[in-house]
Amino acid sequence: MKKTLNFIIISAITIAITACTKKNDPTPVYNPANLASLSVEFDNIVGDRTLTFNNTGSLYTNTAGEKFSISKLQYFISNIKVTSTSGNVYTVNQDSSYFLIKGQDKATRFAKVKVPEGDYAKVTFTIGVDSLRSTMDISKRTGALDPSGTMDDGMYWGWNSGYIFFKLEGNSDVISNDVNGDPTGKKQFKYHIGGFGGYSAPTINNIHTVTIDLTAGGIAKVRKDRQANVHLLVDLMKVFNGSNSFSIAAHPNVMFSEFSTKISANLKELFKHDHTEN
Amino acid sequence: MKKNIFWMVLATFTLFLLACKKETQIKEAVSGFLGFQKPAHFPEPVYKFANNKVTEGGFKLGRALFYEARLSRNNTVSCGSCHIQSSAFTQHGHEVSHGIDDRLGTRNSPPIMNLAWNKAFMWGGGVFDLDLQPIVPITAHEEMDETLENVMAKLRTVPKYPTMFKTAFGTEEITTARFMKALSQFMLMCVSANAKYDKVMRKEAGATFTADEAAGYALFKTKCASCHSEPLFTDNGFHNNGLAPSNIDDQGLYTATLIATDKYKFKAPSLRNLSYTAPYMHDGRFLTLNGVFEHYNSEVQATPNLDPLLQQNGKRGISLSTDDRAKLTAFLKTLDDTELITRQDLSEQ
Ligand code: HEC
Ligand code: HEC
Repeated sequence: MKKTLNFIIISAITIAITACTKKNDPTPVYNPANLASLSVEFDNIVGDRTLTFNNTGSLYTNTAGEKFSISKLQYFISNIKVTSTSGNVYTVNQDSSYFLIKGQDKATRFAKVKVPEGDYAKVTFTIGVDSLRSTMDISKRTGALDPSGTMDDGMYWGWNSGYIFFKLEGNSDVISNDVNGDPTGKKQFKYHIGGFGGYSAPTINNIHTVTIDLTAGGIAKVRKDRQANVHLLVDLMKVFNGSNSFSIAAHPNVMFSEFSTKISANLKELFKHDHTEN
Repeated sequence: MKKNIFWMVLATFTLFLLACKKETQIKEAVSGFLGFQKPAHFPEPVYKFANNKVTEGGFKLGRALFYEARLSRNNTVSCGSCHIQSSAFTQHGHEVSHGIDDRLGTRNSPPIMNLAWNKAFMWGGGVFDLDLQPIVPITAHEEMDETLENVMAKLRTVPKYPTMFKTAFGTEEITTARFMKALSQFMLMCVSANAKYDKVMRKEAGATFTADEAAGYALFKTKCASCHSEPLFTDNGFHNNGLAPSNIDDQGLYTATLIATDKYKFKAPSLRNLSYTAPYMHDGRFLTLNGVFEHYNSEVQATPNLDPLLQQNGKRGISLSTDDRAKLTAFLKTLDDTELITRQDLSEQ
C-alpha cells in the first residue's frame, strides 16, 4: 500500500517536472497573497513623433492644421486593477496605487505595482484621482498625493479643493493676444483638467477609467523572478484629435469649465498597448 | 550637633520638596488646557475632531504657525496679517485682502471664528475641509505667494519647530498633514460664544436684553434669522442676497460648482462681532451697518437666483425703517464678544 502511494507521488512529481520543462512557463496558481511586481509604462508620444519639449524648430500639427509645441505634461494614474487570462480580477492596494507621470522626468513613466503571480490579459486604471481619495483626510494624502509635493508642479487646486488630473501646456502661433487667447502675448495654451464630481453638490466629473486589452500585444506574465512591463504609448495628439476634436485657437485655455468634460473624454483615447516585456 | 545638622538638612530638603510641589501644582493650574469645548447652547460641530483632537501642544504649534511670516515667499506676511485678532480675525479697514508686495486680492478677509461649525469655507465655497484651507492663502499669488514644499523646508531650519512638532505629534517630523492639522487646531479654538447675547441665552446671572435690544431681537427673528440663523448667526448656506455684481463679476459659489442655479450665491456670514469686522460683504463694499441696512431696504437687485425671501409679495428687499435700524443695531451689538478679540491665548506670543 505504502509503496504504491510512494510510486504515485513520485510519478506525479516526475510528470509535473517534465511538464514544467516542456512548457517551460506554467501559469502559477492564482493566489492573492503571492505577489510579484508588474510595471505599466506610460511612453508619451505625439502622433507619429516622439515627445520633445519646447521644440519650436520642429512643431507638431493637429488635424485642425494648427502648429504647436509642448512645454509641460503631467498626469495622475491611479487605482490599477488587473484581470488574469482566466478571469481573476486583482485590485492593487489603494494606498500604493497613485502615480504622477511627469513628461519631463523619464523616471516617473512607470507605474510599479504588486499583483499576484499570473498571466494577465487586461490592465485597468483611472486617469486622475478617484473622488473618495479626493475627499479623504489630509493624513491619507501622502506620496504623489501630498499637496505640498504635487503643489510645486501645480497639480492641486487649492481654491476648489481637488487634484488636477491632467495638465498639458504649450505654445501655438494661432493663439490671439487678446482676452480670448493669451493677453501676455506668449501665445500659450493651458489645459488643466480636473474635477472629481463635487463634495456636497454634484459638479463636473472628469474621472475616467481605461481598460487596456493586452491579448493582441502580449499578455503580462507576472513572476517573482522577473519584471513584466506593459508598454503603453500615450498619444498626446489625441487630446486635440480625439472624438471631441477641437481647435487650439478656439479653446486655448481650458481649466475648471464645462468644456473640460469634452477634453477629458478624449483622454480615454490616449492609451494604446504597444507590447509587453516579460 | 551632628544630629542637628542632620535635622536641618532634612528640614531644608523637605522645604525644597514642598516648594517644588507647589510650583508644579501652580504650573498645572496655569496650563489647565481644556481643549475644544462646545458651548452649551451650540449645535454639534461639523469638523471631524476624531481625525484631529485638539491638544495643548498642537494648539500652541498652530498658534506659532498662524503668526509665522515664514509662510510667505519673502517672510513678510503671516495668516495673522489678514486675520487680526483685535478685528475678530479680519483685516479691518481693507475692503479686499492686502497681501504680499502690497498685492490686493478680490475678497474681504472673513473672521476666523466658530469654524468648527462651518460646512464649507471661503465666500464662494470650494474648500470643504478646514485642514485643506491654508493651501489657498499660502500659494495664492496675491496673498503669500509661497509653495508648501518651501514652507516645510523653511520651518525645518527654525530650531523651535522640530521640538514643537514633537510635542504636538510625537516625533520631530514636519509633514504637510501635521502642519495643516496644527493650524486647524488653533483656528478651531477661536470660538466666539461669550457675547451678551450668549449670556442672555444661557440665563447667566444678571444678563438681560434692554428694551431696544429685545425689540431688535424680535425684528431680527422675523427679517434676518432664516439666513443668519442662531446661535451661529449663519445657516452655513449659500444665498444671493441681491448685491449688484461686483466689478470683476464675482459669481461666488458658481465658480466652484458650475451649476447655473449657484450663480451669485455667497456664504451667509455670521453676524457675530460686526462692530469689529467692517467693511462688510464678500468684497467689503459697505463701510457701515447702515450701508448694509440700506442695501436690504432699497438696493436689492434682481440678479439671477435672488433668494425668494428677498422678493416677497411682488416687493424686493426687506423694509427697514429708521427705528427698525436703531433697534437692530442695538441687538447686533449684543453679538460683540470682547473675549474673542482680547483672549491672551489667541494672541501672538
Ligand atoms: C492676504 C490676506 C490673507 C492672508 C495672508 C491669509 N488669509 Fe485667510 N482669508 C483671506 C481672504 C480674502 C479670505 C476669503 C477668501 C475667499 O472667500 O475667496 C480668507 C479666508 C480664510 C478662511 C475661510 C474662512 C471662512 O469662514 O470661510 C480661513 C479658515 C482662513 N482664511 C485661514 C487663513 C490661514 C490659516 C492663513 C495662513 C496660512 C490665512 N488665512 C492667510 C485673506 C488672507
Ligand atoms: C436670503 C438670505 C439672507 C437674509 C434674509 C439676510 N441676509 Fe444678510 N447676508 C446674506 C448673505 C448671502 C450675505 C453675504 C453676501 C455677500 O457678501 O455676497 C449677507 C451679508 C450680510 C452682512 C455682512 C456681514 C459681513 O461680515 O460682511 C450683514 C451685516 C447682514 N447680511 C445683515 C443682515 C440683516 C441685518 C438681515 C435682516 C434685515 C439680513 N442680513 C438678511 C444673506 C441674507
